[in-house]
Amino acid sequence: MADMILFGVFPYVALALAIGVGIYRYTIDRYSYSSQSSQFLESKALFWGSLPWHYAILLILIAHFLAFLVPASWGTLLGSPARLVFLEITGIALGITTMIALVILIFRRVINPRVNAVTSHIDWLLLAALLLQVVTGVYIAISLRWGGVWYVHTVSPWLWSLVKLNPQIDYLANLPGIVQLHAVNAFFLVAIFPFSRLVHVVSIPISYLGRPYQVVIWYRQRRSN
Amino acid sequence: MDIRAQVSSVFHLDKCIGCHTCSIACKNLWTDRRGNEYMWWNNVETKPGTGYPTKWEDQEKYRGGWERVGSQLRLKQGGKASTIGKIFHNPDLPTMDDYYEPFTFKYADLINAPAGTDQPTARPISMVSGKPMKIEAGPNWDDDLSGSTVYAANDPGVIELSEEQQQQLFAIEKMVMFHLPRICNHCTNAACVASCPSGAIYKRGEDGIVLINQDKCRGWRMCVSACPYKKTYYGWATGKSEKCILCYPRQEAGEAPGCFHSCVGRIRYLGVLLYDADKIEATAMKADGELAAAQREMILDPFDPEVIKAAREGGLADQIIKAAQASPVYKFVKEWGIALPLHPEFRTLPMLFYVPPLLPVLSSENRGTQKISNDFFTSLEQARLPLKYLAGMFSGGNEEEVKAVYRRLIAVRIQRRAETVGDLSEAELLNARELSGLDRDALDAIFRMTSLTRIKERIVVPPMLREQAIEAGMDPEEYKQEMGFGSRKAPKRRW
Repeated sequence: MADMILFGVFPYVALALAIGVGIYRYTIDRYSYSSQSSQFLESKALFWGSLPWHYAILLILIAHFLAFLVPASWGTLLGSPARLVFLEITGIALGITTMIALVILIFRRVINPRVNAVTSHIDWLLLAALLLQVVTGVYIAISLRWGGVWYVHTVSPWLWSLVKLNPQIDYLANLPGIVQLHAVNAFFLVAIFPFSRLVHVVSIPISYLGRPYQVVIWYRQRRSN
Repeated sequence: MDIRAQVSSVFHLDKCIGCHTCSIACKNLWTDRRGNEYMWWNNVETKPGTGYPTKWEDQEKYRGGWERVGSQLRLKQGGKASTIGKIFHNPDLPTMDDYYEPFTFKYADLINAPAGTDQPTARPISMVSGKPMKIEAGPNWDDDLSGSTVYAANDPGVIELSEEQQQQLFAIEKMVMFHLPRICNHCTNAACVASCPSGAIYKRGEDGIVLINQDKCRGWRMCVSACPYKKTYYGWATGKSEKCILCYPRQEAGEAPGCFHSCVGRIRYLGVLLYDADKIEATAMKADGELAAAQREMILDPFDPEVIKAAREGGLADQIIKAAQASPVYKFVKEWGIALPLHPEFRTLPMLFYVPPLLPVLSSENRGTQKISNDFFTSLEQARLPLKYLAGMFSGGNEEEVKAVYRRLIAVRIQRRAETVGDLSEAELLNARELSGLDRDALDAIFRMTSLTRIKERIVVPPMLREQAIEAGMDPEEYKQEMGFGSRKAPKRRW
């Protein structure tokens, strides 16, 4: 029963919250739809925290998503031992990077009185959840080798069964507890996404690359000239 | 020709007494909120001095404004792709230490302290963290501190001067300073607009006021570093950037902006300029020393029938054209040619112009009652405030530009002296007039505009034609501490 709730029901609840509350917040309170930067209050430690954190976590997330979305191609990619070992080592290195970076970010918020003053309860909750996520992730990567491969045969089918609205919780129920914790915490992060500063992940300003430098907005319709 | 209107201003530095009334008016209207304490949309600096934030003019440090790369203009902090790559940490962002940590004092301790042998004190505490702090900087920290080895000597413009000029500048009996009030320049080639990844910053088409859409701003902070004048500020409590809005709600109600209205020295002039938007890029590409002249070239004559025709075709209302014809700014900048942009070499084409201060330049050789016409050109060369310093501020290093302005300002004085004291020969007067390139009427008009005019002539707020807008008829004071007109929510994060 607990397995069913955690692996079969909770992911849907998390997604529903993320989408529902996410849209609600975007419509009702767009003003807050960003991550409140504290770089102005403290810049040096942020450099060593934020930069490695973001780039490493982005790469790790891309790997997780690729293995979930295109498990067949991912499996082929890891078919050669050399590529598998390379990916495994890269993954662990990136994981450790995120862990160190996150610890720097947390310490920064604890130690620096200015940054501490602009840190909210939900920020602390988010940091704790993220720390739990990267620590379990790195632990899994080191203790349960070749995750790139077994993920394809366990987690991918579970996620796909969720997508197909036919949750097959056995895939996850048979995995070690640490993996279960990692998976559930991942959906916990999805669940708190709309309530926290995490909303900034959906405001990537890609359109900037395509727009002209100057933006001029006319209040009245302009006569054509 | 793509004719646009721009609400622009002129600050007459000879008249500024450095009283900071403008700053206070602005602070009380717009920035008296948590997270905005350190924001001075309007501030007054002492020159020579390091300014606010410290050494803001030094773009090797702050990397604001534009630079020419081949035949292209590029933001000095990097191109678009590089900007996106820096959103996780902007290496060029100034921190609070470049401004100051806002502080208050624990006044309650004065009252609540238990009886004792020593006097109770109010300790300074940070307005950010609430913890006791040591005050090391504050607003106007280097106010009137010319000659200071800590501040004036570190003025980026002073560092450019030769050793000899510097020593001369700081010799105790020759000490000189003037005040430089600064607000957002509402540039035509704004670097803040260009740098905003979210596209939240925009220029209003009708009047050229540059604003930040607070709902679209995602707090990437690129505008703070891109603005070479450091006139966008990061609100650390809201995670939004904010800047001078040229009091557009007041202007829409037909009133002068707060800092203009409150100016004790009446140094501020406001009016519409018409300019050719097709020329923006070509103008911004000019060599440093040509930028001020090129910008004047971009500004169009509102009396020229062709300009009027093109403006009407471009959708400009007749009232706006009429306001442009009455604009004192047009007179200062184009007709008389005595107002220059601040640091045109940043290439943002700022639309706030300054009449450079004459007095500290002149008074070295001519103390008070001396006749100024005999040697005023040699006195310009040997001025207490080196022309090179002023040219570095107002004309991208082109001393001829600054000199031309001073010839006119001096000619005004000579003409007035001839008229009121009458001790100058006709030849001297004619000579001064010829050198200035202005006729009697123009010189008289300058005198009149700088000394006798009332507010309606100095500040010609164009009809903003927003009568249909929901804001019409609302009292700006009533909505203090809100996000501004059009938004009825307090600028607070509720998530």
